[in-house]
Amino acid sequence: MYFPSKKKNAVYVSPIKQDIHPIDFSLPTEPMNHKRKNPDPSPDSDEPTTQLSSPFPDEVLERVLSLLNSRKDRNSVSLVCKDWYDAERWSRTHVFIGNCYSVSPEILTRRFPNIRSVTLKGKPRFSDFDLVPPKWGAYVHSWLLVFATKYHFLEELRLKRMTVSDESLKFLALSFPNFKALSLLSCDGFSTDGLASITTHCKNLTELDIQENDIDDKSGKWLSCFPENFMSLEVLNFANLNSDVNFKALERLVSRCKSLKVLKVNENITFKQLHRLLVLAPDLRELGTGSLLQDLTPRQHSELKSAFNNCKNLNILSGFYEVTSIFLPVLYPACTNLTFLNLSYAALRSDELSNLLIHCPLLQRLWVLDSVEDEGLEAVGSNCPLLEELRVFPASDPFEDEILHGVTETGFLAVSYGCKKLHYVLYFCRQMTNAAVATIVQNCPDFTHFRLCIMNPRQPDYQTDEPMDEAFGAVVKTCTKLRRLAVSGLLTDLAFEYIGKYAKNLETLSVAFAGSSDRGMECVLKGCPKLRKLEIRDCPFGNAALLSSFRKYESMRSLWMSGCKVTMDGCRFLAQEMPRLNVEVISECGNDGCQADKLYVYRSVAGPRKDAPPFVLTL
Amino acid sequence: MQGVVVLGGATRSGSISTLSMEDNNLVLSSEDSSSPDESELELGLGLSLGGTACKPQQHYARILTAKDFPSVGSSVSASSSSSSSSSSCSSSLSRANVTSGTKRSADSVAAANGASQVVGWPPIRSYRMNSLVNQAKLPATEEFNSLIGSSKNSNTVVGKGTNNCSDKNNGSAKENGRLRSSLFVKVNMDGTPIGRKVDLSAHRCYETLAQTLEDMFHTSTSTISSIRSSGEEHDKATRSSKMLDGSSDFVLTYEDKDGDWMLVGDVPWGMFINSVRRLKIMRTSEAKGLGNTLRSEERNGRQKTNPI
Repeated sequence: MYFPSKKKNAVYVSPIKQDIHPIDFSLPTEPMNHKRKNPDPSPDSDEPTTQLSSPFPDEVLERVLSLLNSRKDRNSVSLVCKDWYDAERWSRTHVFIGNCYSVSPEILTRRFPNIRSVTLKGKPRFSDFDLVPPKWGAYVHSWLLVFATKYHFLEELRLKRMTVSDESLKFLALSFPNFKALSLLSCDGFSTDGLASITTHCKNLTELDIQENDIDDKSGKWLSCFPENFMSLEVLNFANLNSDVNFKALERLVSRCKSLKVLKVNENITFKQLHRLLVLAPDLRELGTGSLLQDLTPRQHSELKSAFNNCKNLNILSGFYEVTSIFLPVLYPACTNLTFLNLSYAALRSDELSNLLIHCPLLQRLWVLDSVEDEGLEAVGSNCPLLEELRVFPASDPFEDEILHGVTETGFLAVSYGCKKLHYVLYFCRQMTNAAVATIVQNCPDFTHFRLCIMNPRQPDYQTDEPMDEAFGAVVKTCTKLRRLAVSGLLTDLAFEYIGKYAKNLETLSVAFAGSSDRGMECVLKGCPKLRKLEIRDCPFGNAALLSSFRKYESMRSLWMSGCKVTMDGCRFLAQEMPRLNVEVISECGNDGCQADKLYVYRSVAGPRKDAPPFVLTL
Repeated sequence: MQGVVVLGGATRSGSISTLSMEDNNLVLSSEDSSSPDESELELGLGLSLGGTACKPQQHYARILTAKDFPSVGSSVSASSSSSSSSSSCSSSLSRANVTSGTKRSADSVAAANGASQVVGWPPIRSYRMNSLVNQAKLPATEEFNSLIGSSKNSNTVVGKGTNNCSDKNNGSAKENGRLRSSLFVKVNMDGTPIGRKVDLSAHRCYETLAQTLEDMFHTSTSTISSIRSSGEEHDKATRSSKMLDGSSDFVLTYEDKDGDWMLVGDVPWGMFINSVRRLKIMRTSEAKGLGNTLRSEERNGRQKTNPI
């Protein structure tokens, strides 16, 4: 490990927990270096002392701390005493920044000199649903410029909801000789030309993971830019790119990269091509198929099946764009060790799913489309006792379907009876009842993530016509470990009273089209001590709610409110009272400045944004 | 420029109305703000409006079903355009922005079809949203709906243009193990990041297909060309497709079962239907040297081998 020379008078910056705590700012008066707070059990500890140094050398402490990986642990460590703070910051190699505007690259690099791996998240989550205008920000380039000098040995960069340009990608490719892993999830602003820069110049690349980005997909030529002697790739995911790649180049790449563990191809790859790839890479752990759509002769069928059979290490399967029934049996041999099956692009029927799941006894995570309907979910309940996570997405635009397909409370119930270990669910449905949810959480009390989306806004319990308050009441009362909750359906303030009262571990709450008055939001703000992210849209919460516990926002990563009833005056007041928060209103043209239609509040040690576009007003 | 459908509910003298239409599963709610006397929502349709429409208190005219406004369909189709959903001038007026963008598109066709959409709801990421297709589970009677569904990523009224052919081709069961009454193929266009799908079984001739694709990709001046010999299939189309005269910047090509890229229009329609795998609208400059067949250089890295 490379340790640059230490500066003992380094700036004492606040600990970066999962986010920044402005409250924990660098206050030299904080009792950080009292010996009695040092858990070190040295014999000196009972001595009232001014001796502050640790009994063992810094290097040893750093070596020990370098074994710590969890950022929660590291943040706790950094609060113990100054020595531990220093040791931690010198030994940290990975940093996670949940909101790129909460800290500046300068502050970051000053505190952590030895970072090899950075994870950066940018835009508010609702930007995924088009609620944030384009060119809002979250540009990675300014970070790269600083990293180029301070983190010359940067190896990994993982970006989510950031704006990345081709220029940035080229700069990245050329500035970091050791660069190994690039992951872009839900980003925008770049094209496949930028990817070509990466593949051309990053000689040590092990990971290229391009997912669900708003990318200008010009061509698949980037894949052909890997040099002929390049063989270090371990992870390649281009499943969401639409352009054709040169298959021969892909084949050569796969055959050269003996350590390839993850390969997710796009839907233009045919099953014949897939077959050839499987033969070249039988050790894959994760596979994303292309389209499985063409005619299949018996010989091709058995060849493909045999190829899958040879993949003994396959744990994760995804892709399945446009798969037809005939292909599913070829997968059966590969399903024995499957822990994660992502069928969320394949509109399977219930019988098709059922037949497939019989072969997946070890399944822990399953993503499906609601085309499998309740019967399909019953099969899940019957065949997957180890299931921990289930996501059911709508197979078609719910507003367009004249015929109601999809899943109901019945399917969810069936899963809960059969899958006792279920703790993560994302469920899009068209109807739900309070009673069903109550039963579900009785069956599965260990939910950590409960995201229920009844797709018609403000829909009540379809049997009783009552609000869905009791459903979510049951969830928060029963599931004490709940960390993430998304609510839907017709909800009054009562639901939020329950949440505030019972959801003591809740960290993320998503609310849409719910609540009756300010009281709802007030209850949540007063009640949920661990709340970090609150995102609200189209609810009748106004200034009173916003300002009811405004100090709380400093302990949170961010607050988003759009389509609510807050006004600019309310936001200005908040900004005034809480100078360490950035209070931003996205003002779309024509807004007279009275309503604050889109409000984004977040804590920051970096001060107001310097790169805000004209439609973002920082108050 | 943003094409925005302003859907508003009318409230008079500050009254707040909340309708919930159970059978439509959509809710109209107009929520008042602090100044009740100014809460007059405008009832109207039109393009993205300037300042006049931007009344400060009108911010909750969110969702209406098109059943309330039977004229929605035609007006919407005329006024919608492709743009981002961000800079809506009338956003203060209406949240029911029927817009399209490079990300998600709240489809005007959807509005025409009897439903309207809330921006960003249900909360599904754009990539996944764009992949939603009405899968071929629908019975044959649903074919029209499925055609609409296939064009959900576009912001034009696809259905309107595709029924000029006399009878619908009910297609063939193209897929093993599954009876399909529709035949969806992907269409990509050079320079457009997001592909679309089109239901070929809803067409019987190249002309309507070309029309559909032009609408779909919203080329302003009918720039898709390349259907040469079948130019005889004149139609009552409101504008003649430039597919026929090769005068545009783009050519329409398709990949057949053998993986070869061919120009669309050279073979009889039935043969085309049986062998087409997917479509691509290529720049004419890239398709130079295209004879009757084109080997995609991206597929095998070889030079184009076919002299004209």
